[in-house]
Amino acid sequence: MLETRNLTKFFGDLAALKEVSLSITRGESVFLYGPNGAGKTTLLRMLASLARPSSGQVLFDGGDMGGDGALAKASIGFVSHTTFLYSELTVRENLKFFGSLFRLSDLEKKIDAALELFDMRERSGVFVRDLSRGLQQRTSLARAFLHDPDFVLLDEPFTGLDSQSVKNLQRLLLRLPEQGKALLFSTHDFEQGAALAQRLVALKAGRVRYNGPLATAPFEDLGIVRASGPKADG
Amino acid sequence: MASLKIIWNIFVKDLRVEWRNRETLASMCVFGLLIVFLFNFAFEGAREETLRLLPAVLWVAIAFAGVLGFNRSFASERENACLEGMTLAPVDPSLIFVGKMLANMLFLGVAEVVMAFAAALWYNFSFLPALGQLVLIAFFGTLGYAALGTIFGAIAANTRMREVMLTVLQFPIAFWILMLSIDSTAEALRGNPGGDWFGGVARVAGISLVFTIASFLLFEYVLEE
Amino acid sequence: MKNKFPISVHLALTFVGLCVALYMIFLYAPEEMTMGEVQRIFYIHVPSAWTALLGFVIIFISSIIYLWKRSRFADELASATAEVGFIFCTCVLVTGPLWAKPAWGIWWTWDARLTLTFLLWLLYVAYLMLRSYIINPGRAANLSAVVGIIGFVDVIIDYMAIRWWRTQHPQPVILGGPNSGLDPRMLATLLVSWGAFLILFSLLVRVRLRLAQMRRELGDIRHVLAFKASED
Repeated sequence: MLETRNLTKFFGDLAALKEVSLSITRGESVFLYGPNGAGKTTLLRMLASLARPSSGQVLFDGGDMGGDGALAKASIGFVSHTTFLYSELTVRENLKFFGSLFRLSDLEKKIDAALELFDMRERSGVFVRDLSRGLQQRTSLARAFLHDPDFVLLDEPFTGLDSQSVKNLQRLLLRLPEQGKALLFSTHDFEQGAALAQRLVALKAGRVRYNGPLATAPFEDLGIVRASGPKADG
Repeated sequence: MASLKIIWNIFVKDLRVEWRNRETLASMCVFGLLIVFLFNFAFEGAREETLRLLPAVLWVAIAFAGVLGFNRSFASERENACLEGMTLAPVDPSLIFVGKMLANMLFLGVAEVVMAFAAALWYNFSFLPALGQLVLIAFFGTLGYAALGTIFGAIAANTRMREVMLTVLQFPIAFWILMLSIDSTAEALRGNPGGDWFGGVARVAGISLVFTIASFLLFEYVLEE
Repeated sequence: MKNKFPISVHLALTFVGLCVALYMIFLYAPEEMTMGEVQRIFYIHVPSAWTALLGFVIIFISSIIYLWKRSRFADELASATAEVGFIFCTCVLVTGPLWAKPAWGIWWTWDARLTLTFLLWLLYVAYLMLRSYIINPGRAANLSAVVGIIGFVDVIIDYMAIRWWRTQHPQPVILGGPNSGLDPRMLATLLVSWGAFLILFSLLVRVRLRLAQMRRELGDIRHVLAFKASED
C-alpha cells in the first residue's frame, strides 16, 4: 500500500499540497484529476520519492519512506513530463543503464520484454535525440515498466502518443489491476481517464476535493462536464 | 561490490555520452591549449620568467578548462532531468556523486596531459625530472577540484546563468587547492630546494581530501527537492 | 519574544550603543602614536571583520540545523544573516584600504588577513548570488545550506592554508593582540564598538527575519484565498 498522511509541500512560500491524506492498494486503479496547478504532479513526484514532504508522511507498505526508501523505489515505476532519458544514448543503452541502477537480474531479457510491450523493439538502436516526442514517451514508459513495479505512477502518460499507441497503453493499463498492480495516473482528458479507473481523486489548489468511486462522483460540484453525461454503470 | 558496480555503470555512462558528442573533452582541451598558447606569447622573450610562471599558467588553464567541463557534465543530465531519473532507482546518491566525479576527473586529466605536452613543446621544457611528484600533485589537485566541480555543477544546474554561477562558487572555494597546487608544482619543478619532497603533495592531498569528503557527504541534499 | 523585547527597544538600544561607541572612538580612546588620528578607523574596521566572520559561523550552524531538522527558521536565519554579514564584510573591505593607505603607504596588499577577508567576501557574494538565482524555490534551502557548509569549511581551510602559503610573507603590521601592549582604553573602545556592532547586526537580522516571516504568512493567506475562490 502506498499512503500519504497529511502530506504538505511548500515551494518557497507557496503550498503546492496541503494536508493530503489518501492511499492506493495493489489491484486498484486511481484517476488523479484536477486543473493546472492543482498539485497533481507534486503529489505524484512525492509518491515517487522525488520530492520530500515539507510536513506529513509518505508510507510504503506501512513504513515511512523518509529514509532511503530503497524498498519503495524498487516497487515504483514513474513516468513524468520529462522523460529521464539521455539524448546521446540509444533506447537500449538508456534502458540498460537505468536497469543496472535497479540491480536487475536477467536485464537483457527484461529490456526485450519492456521494448516489446511498447512496440519499440525495432527502434532499440536509435538515439533518443532522433526519436519523436511520442516515441520518447514510449521509451520512457518502457523505462518505468522495466523493473516490473507494483505501483505504477503516470503523470499525463498519453502526451505525444499517436492514436494506436494510446490504445495500446490503455489496454496495458486496464490489465494492471488484474495483475495485482496499483495504478495512479493523471490526464487532462477526463473521459480518457474515466475509462481506466474505478476511483477518482480530484485535487484543487493543493487539497483533495473528492476521493471515492468514480461512478458516483459529484461531477457538477467538481466542475467536471462529461462528454456524454455520466455513464450509468459502464 | 554492488556499489562499485553502480559507480562503474555511472562512470561508463558518462564516458559513453561524451564519446557520442565529444564536446566536453574537445572544448576543454582546445580551451586549455589556447590559454597555454596565449601566455607563451604574452611572456615572449623572458624565458626565465616564463618558466617561473609556468605552474601558474598551467593551473589557471586547468581551472578554466575544468569549469567548462563540469558545466557540460550536467548539461546532458539536465536536458531530460536524468539526475532525477537516477534517484528513482534505489541508489545511494553518494554513488552518483562518485561516478560523475570520476568521469570529470578523467576528462580533466586528459586535458591536463594535453596541456602539459603543449607546454613542454612550446616552452621547450621537460617535466620528466619531477614526473612522479607532478603526477601525484596533479592527481590530488584534480581530485579536489573535480569533487567541488561535481557538487557545484549539480547545484548550478538548478540556477539561472548556470555557467556564471558555477564559476562564482568554484573559484573562491577551490582557491587553496589551486594555490597550493601551483606552489607545490613550482617547488617540484625547482627540484625541491627545501628538500621537502613530500610536503607539497601532502598539503594538496590534505586539502583536496577535506573538500572531497565534504562534497561526498553533502551531495544527497543537492538531489533532494 | 515579541513582548519581552519589542523591536522599538532593540532599535533604541542600537542607537544608544552606536552613540556610546562613537563617543569612545573619537573622544575617549587615546591617539595612536605612530599612525595618528587615522588609526581610529581600527575601531570600525576590526569589529566589522569579527562580525562578518561571526555571520558566516551563523550561516554554517543554521545550514547544519536546516539539513538536520528541516527547520524553516534556520533557513531564513541563514538567508538573513548572509545579507547582513555581506554588508559588514563590505565595510571591512572599504575601511581597510582607507586605513592602509596612510598607515602602510599602499591601498592593498595580499597579506594573510586581507586575503582571508577578500575570500570571505567572495563567499558571501557566491552565497547570495546562489540564493537569488535558484529556479525552483523548493530547492533553494537545500542548495544554499550545502554551499553554506562547504563555504565554512573553506573559511577554516583558509586559516590553515594561509600559513602554508608564502610563509615568507611579512606578518600584518596591525596591533598583534590584546596582550601586545594595547592601551586598556583602546581595548575598551574596541570591545564597546564591537558590542554596538553586534546589536546593530542582530537588529538588521531580526528585521530581515520578520520580512521573511511576513512573506511566508502572505503566501499562506494568498493560498487560502485561492482555495476559497476555487470552492465557490
